[in-house]
Amino acid sequence: MTNKSNAINLEFNVMKDDFSRAGEASSKIKKILTQLGIVSSVTRRVAIATYEAEMNIAIHSLGGKIEVTINPNEIIIIAVDNGPGIEDVKLAMQEGYSTATNKIRELGFGAGMGLPNMKKCSDEFDIVSKKGKGTKVFMRISLDSKPV
Amino acid sequence: MKLLNIIKEIDLEIIAGLDSENQDNEVKGVYICDLLSLVISKAQPQDIWITIQTHVNIIAVSTLVDMTAIIVAENMEIDEETIAKANEVKIPIFRSKLSAYELASRLSRLGI
Repeated sequence: MTNKSNAINLEFNVMKDDFSRAGEASSKIKKILTQLGIVSSVTRRVAIATYEAEMNIAIHSLGGKIEVTINPNEIIIIAVDNGPGIEDVKLAMQEGYSTATNKIRELGFGAGMGLPNMKKCSDEFDIVSKKGKGTKVFMRISLDSKPV
Repeated sequence: MKLLNIIKEIDLEIIAGLDSENQDNEVKGVYICDLLSLVISKAQPQDIWITIQTHVNIIAVSTLVDMTAIIVAENMEIDEETIAKANEVKIPIFRSKLSAYELASRLSRLGI
């Protein structure tokens, strides 16, 4: 954790296929926000957004990381992975669309709601993906945003 | 209603995570679902969650949205890792032979 000009920066690595640890990064982020006294409706948004980002990285990517910056008036979340990239981002953003395997679906994942949930929780959302390179998701959650 | 009163009223097998502190936590609602993305976006703080998912990720989902406890329906087998994590983070897990519907009906009769 680093602290520069009133901002707190957190960074968590997320491993590919590591389901036993998946959920730990988002749980740690939530714990820190609670300790900082961030309003619970904002903490809930961040918890949902980072959980979905973490599961997406674990299930679909070759590994990546989640960076969280807590500013006095907003929280910035950047989820970035090392590939393989999303073929059709527009399709991936559609609720219900998923490329998850049956095995993953049996565990309750792969409902095709991850990216839509992340977008719903954000005041600003952006996704950039390059096939063969990787995916980067940007989310901004204002500290005065309404409960979801 | 306090968690301890629910345990007394409904025949639940105590699996993990329950202690003298969290047994007094309030249960204000019930959420039933096995799709984790739906659960995390719809379940409310102080809900009790009825599911048949039993892998360790259910602990993260329940704590991220501040649910009070998890009931595993239909006597499903629960992963060792899940039990260990529940004990670590103190989220109570119960198991019942009842279906999600039967559990919900009983909770409803208790006024939840």
